[in-house]
Order: sequence, then structure tokens, then C-alpha cells
Amino acid sequence: MTRVMQRLLFLCLMWAGAAHATIEAYEFNDKATEERFQQLTAELRCPKCQNNNIADSNSPIASDLRGEVYRMLNEGAGDDEVVDFMVTRYGEFVLYKPRVNEMTWLLWYGPFVLLGIGLLVVFFIARSRRRGNAAGGEGNNLAPEERARLEQLLEQDKKQ
Amino acid sequence: MRRYVLFLPLAIFLGIGFFLWRGLSIDPTELPSARLNQPFPAFEKASLTAPEQTLTPDDFKGKVALVNIWATWCPTCKEEHAFLNQLAKQGVTIYGINYKDEPVKAREWLKRYLDPYDKVVLDEDGKLGLDLGVYGAPETYVIDAEGVIRYRHVGAVDARVWKDLEAVMEQVSSGAGA
Repeated sequence: MTRVMQRLLFLCLMWAGAAHATIEAYEFNDKATEERFQQLTAELRCPKCQNNNIADSNSPIASDLRGEVYRMLNEGAGDDEVVDFMVTRYGEFVLYKPRVNEMTWLLWYGPFVLLGIGLLVVFFIARSRRRGNAAGGEGNNLAPEERARLEQLLEQDKKQ
Repeated sequence: MRRYVLFLPLAIFLGIGFFLWRGLSIDPTELPSARLNQPFPAFEKASLTAPEQTLTPDDFKGKVALVNIWATWCPTCKEEHAFLNQLAKQGVTIYGINYKDEPVKAREWLKRYLDPYDKVVLDEDGKLGLDLGVYGAPETYVIDAEGVIRYRHVGAVDARVWKDLEAVMEQVSSGAGA
């Protein structure tokens, strides 16, 4: 069993190696530009193969776009310029990290709103529980006769 | 009050169900063109069929037309080519953009399968395609008489797609396009 697993793992690793092997090598003048290139290509989405970023995709269009990012960075373009270049051609869709604007407020702030609602719900539930406990807990809402009967039954139980 | 809370799961279910149901009819690979209602991006490129001639976006102006992005390496382009020929015969103006292709092969192709295009721009490096936001051939655009992009279709043009394109072209030429 473990042997099979080992082989599978090995196969997976081989695959990962092969997937990256076709990607062209770019040379950078300095480390900072290279890091920006990595960052940008990781955050731009490939329009053709939609669940890949352009850094990971083998499709010709992704390779063109990598080339374009490389060219622009070497010409001294800022990150925003590169992103604008892509957005004017392929739309907001290519941004894996969408910009904050009216369209994306729900996306960016929605989770915090949901978290807030969740906290409120927890708070109210906790409060109503505490109130219930403060009032004496279970069984306190029994009439005196019911209480007497209950005690009688419990006594009976103990005797048996 | 308590009773209504019992309907909450149903309401949530209906809400999620609605969005998932909507999702069924949305094709995520169909992207709206970022260039919609914008002038055709600037270019200055050689013509495929008349290499000594330089084409610019001005060559696309004058009438409502289709712009078809194609290449010989693209099997779907071959599939739609016969239909384009038929459209050209009907009198539809079609401009071609030969995208990231080898000119020799492309000329050969037009000789063999006939040429439905009024003009063909040679976009060997794919720069024009990139400026247009092309992400896969074939793509077909509707442009108006001023060369403004009005519609984009990704994939082959067939009778069904042509109905949509024709409707857009009619709408644009009747002046209501804006």
C-alpha cells in the first residue's frame, strides 16, 4: 500500500516538474524587478485557461502575456501600469486580486459584514440563555402543585 | 416570531438555489470584451493579400462589418471558414486578422479554401490581437461604420451565431446602436 502511495507521489512530482519545464526563462537586471515579475504574473489570471494565473499556464496567450509583463517591467513601467494594460485589454476579469471599487465592495467587505452578523447572533443567543438561567433554570416555571408532584415522583424513583 | 425562524433554512436554500440555477446558464469562458464600444485599437500592419500595402484602423471604416480573427493552426477556424465564405457571398463585409500565423501558409489557405475577406491584416507577432484582448482564435467582432467595436463573439461563427451577429449589425446600421 505504502509502495503504491510512494509511486503516486513520485508521479505527481514528476508531473509538477514537467509542467514548469516548458516555461521560458527570463533574465532580470536586478532582484527587485524579478520579484515584481513573479508577483504580477502570479496575480494576473490567464484569460484562456481560467483557473491558472499567467505564471503557471502553458497556453500561448499566457506566454505572450508573460512576455508583455517582462517587456513593460524592463521599460520601467510601474505595477499599476502593467495591471492597467491588462485590464484595458482583457477586463477586470484578469485580476486575481480585484481592485477595491463599488463593484467589489461586497467581495472585499462582505465577509466582515457576515462575521459581524455572526457575532451579533452569538451575542443574542448567549444573552437569552443567561436570562433563562438567571430566572432559575429548568423546571422553575412549574406551578406549586406540579412541583410537589415532581418531587413525589423523584422520591418514588429513589426508593425503587 | 419563533415560527418564522423555522422558515430561515428554506429561505437560505431558495437563495442559494437561485444563484446556482443562474450559474447553470452562464458560460464562464465567455468574457465580455473590455473593448466594447471603444474604437478599434491603433495598428499599422501589412496586408496579407497585398504585402506592399499597409493597413490601419481607417481601412475598417465606412460600413458596418465583421472582423474575424483567424489562423491556419486553428481547427475551429477551418470549421467556420465555409460559413464565412457564404456570408461574403451574401454581401457581408468581413475583414480578417491573421493572428500569429505564417503568411505563406495563410496565403495558401486562402487560395485553397477561398477568401471571404475584404482585407486581411497580417498580425504575425500577435500584437494587434493582444491589444484587442483576443485570447483564442477564432473570434469575431462587429464594428460600426466609425470602426467602433460593438460586439464580440468567441468561437466559430455558424448559422445560430450569425443570427445574433446579424441582429447587432442591423441595430448598429439603423443608428440605434449607441
